[in-house]
Amino acid sequence: MARSPISQFSPARWLERRLPVIVVSPLFALSLFFVYGFIAWTAYISFTPSGVMPVYDFQGLAQYERLWATPRWYVAIKNLFIFSSLFIAISMAIGILLAILLDQRVRAEGLIRTVYLYPMALSFIVTGTVWKWMLNPGLGLQRLMREAGFENFTFDWLVNSHYAIYTLVIAAVWQSSGYAMALFLAGLRSVDDEILKAAAVDGSSPWKTYTSIVLPILRPVFLSTVIILAHLAIKSFDLVVALTGGGPGYATDMPATFMYAFAFQRSELGVAAASATMMLMTIIAIIVPYLYSELRKTA
Amino acid sequence: MSLMRKMFAPVTIAALAVSGAARAEGTVEVLHWWTSGGEAKAVGELKSAFEAQGGTWIDSPIAGGGGDAAMTALRARVVAGNPPTAVQLKGPGIQEWAEQGALNDVQGVAESENWDSVLPPVLASIMKYDGKYVAAPVNIHRVDWMWANPKLLADAGIETMPTTWDEFNAVADKLMEAGITPLAHGGQPWQDATVFEDVVLGIGGAEFYRKALVELDQEALTSDTMVASFDQLRKLRGYVDPNFPGRDWNLATAMVMRGEAAFQIMGDWAKGEFLAAGKVPGEDFLCIPTPGNGFVLNSDSFTFFKVSGEENLKGQQVLASLIMSPDFQKTFNLAKGSIPARTDVPLDEFDMCAKKSHEDLLAAIENDTLVPSMAHEMAIPRSVRGEFLDLVTEFFNSDMDSATAVKRLSDAVARAQ
Repeated sequence: MARSPISQFSPARWLERRLPVIVVSPLFALSLFFVYGFIAWTAYISFTPSGVMPVYDFQGLAQYERLWATPRWYVAIKNLFIFSSLFIAISMAIGILLAILLDQRVRAEGLIRTVYLYPMALSFIVTGTVWKWMLNPGLGLQRLMREAGFENFTFDWLVNSHYAIYTLVIAAVWQSSGYAMALFLAGLRSVDDEILKAAAVDGSSPWKTYTSIVLPILRPVFLSTVIILAHLAIKSFDLVVALTGGGPGYATDMPATFMYAFAFQRSELGVAAASATMMLMTIIAIIVPYLYSELRKTA
Repeated sequence: MSLMRKMFAPVTIAALAVSGAARAEGTVEVLHWWTSGGEAKAVGELKSAFEAQGGTWIDSPIAGGGGDAAMTALRARVVAGNPPTAVQLKGPGIQEWAEQGALNDVQGVAESENWDSVLPPVLASIMKYDGKYVAAPVNIHRVDWMWANPKLLADAGIETMPTTWDEFNAVADKLMEAGITPLAHGGQPWQDATVFEDVVLGIGGAEFYRKALVELDQEALTSDTMVASFDQLRKLRGYVDPNFPGRDWNLATAMVMRGEAAFQIMGDWAKGEFLAAGKVPGEDFLCIPTPGNGFVLNSDSFTFFKVSGEENLKGQQVLASLIMSPDFQKTFNLAKGSIPARTDVPLDEFDMCAKKSHEDLLAAIENDTLVPSMAHEMAIPRSVRGEFLDLVTEFFNSDMDSATAVKRLSDAVARAQ
């Protein structure tokens, strides 16, 4: 017992124990500053009368009152909900369907899988530009069909304020459902064959097997797919810019394009910061309860 | 301390080297977004003129978003205390920066060269803050032009050009009967607003335009004249082909060129498209002022930021003087397709549309019918302009009635002020 704690101290052991913390902390500090620091800054700016330059006089909720009195903001919010719910639902439905079909041990599966997955490799700018040409009534599909003899064929959603938002859904689903398929396919492959065999022995129909056994097992895959697609939907900025430019008028404006317009085109940093904060709140309101309930179940 | 000295020594040497290399006529760093075609060529004229005087020119072109990217960069540079010498910045944007205390004035140069006597008063007041020049205009663009295809007009039997919107409607109806699209238009908010302001000028006249779109007078904004302007805009909507949403302005110009539409309402940068395609004004295309006997003014300018150091201040003064020199105004505007901001520059080498523009400009100054453009950021702050653009583009792309539009416009303007 003669050894004092001092003599026990060895720099090598201390370093060994602290090394993970030392290595991780710069990164932690950076992300703390650049992510959470700027979120806090943006939130603060939304409470100031900032215009062309940021100013730091606290003025309360005036920017939020202004934001919620702007008709264009309501259009953006409505569009976000229409777009993200349809986009997530359709992408997942197509993804599951394709995954189940591919899971039937088809020939040339590798090739088909790659074909469906490839749109994901394109940027939304490319997707948006290509679909803009295809959906333009004077250039694309409508003209093709009319020239083929269907004189009354009309597909003018892109230039119609009421339907333009659905063209965004079409393009985004085309791009992302292959990705959803890949996620679900990986999930399906991890389902134990023994369970399926047992179900078959018990006389369960394929439909019943999928709906009552396989899909519930895939629950965690649903979670990750929803989160990935949801953040794609909320971030959707480039697709809107390339496909519709927010138009006709501002009929396909989204919160992200709204924020860009106010911050960079109109010198209204305060309103833009308020809209950014609202976007953050929306995401938190949707994702946190979902994560909470899902993680508690799987834990 | 010795470490500090070691670290700073190379910096000091570098700084000395730079200042040694710079010549007697000063250094300027110019932030702009003229990066394409005729615009890049025009700014190149300024650079070579400045260098010919022995100065050092540091070019900072920032392309993207019609200047949005450059404005973002500018904000960062001003916050960091390192602003460029001169920035391509126009209209009330100049006042916004001046209020932040971010600008230098060049009143000394302006006084000795007597800018007040050669610039249109409306333009001069935009260039000044607190009675002193803080910016220098390089050109004048006219916004209230109609570009027409003479062959289509002849085919439909139209001989006289419309001088009121009612006459325009009659002409357009005649074109429709002949199966010709009367109006080529690009459905982007700023283009909708361009047409809108030309309509307001034609329906209400210059006095009304100034009250409604410059002074933002609520009475004018809610008046019957404003309702009538929206009615006329609704009529124009009927003369546009169905594929207009999102179309770029130069594609609309191409439609007039190819004979797919008879008219386009657009500023005189459209002329550059015609000329680049080898078309001759007066023969292959016509330039006709939109109704109203006014002149809607758009002007690019360089604004002088608060730089320090003799070298930079000197450069700033030289640049200001150079921008306003008659020679530069001529070469620059021949390259860009606009007309000189100075009204005393002879226009012998310019085309007939530019000459007409200059003539009408002088008449408009005389009759006090010269108005700054709302759509092109010459008249009102960007926040209020944004509300105009939102409302006008929504009106143009929906079946909103004019009374509702007027009500919503006046609410939106009140909100943004």
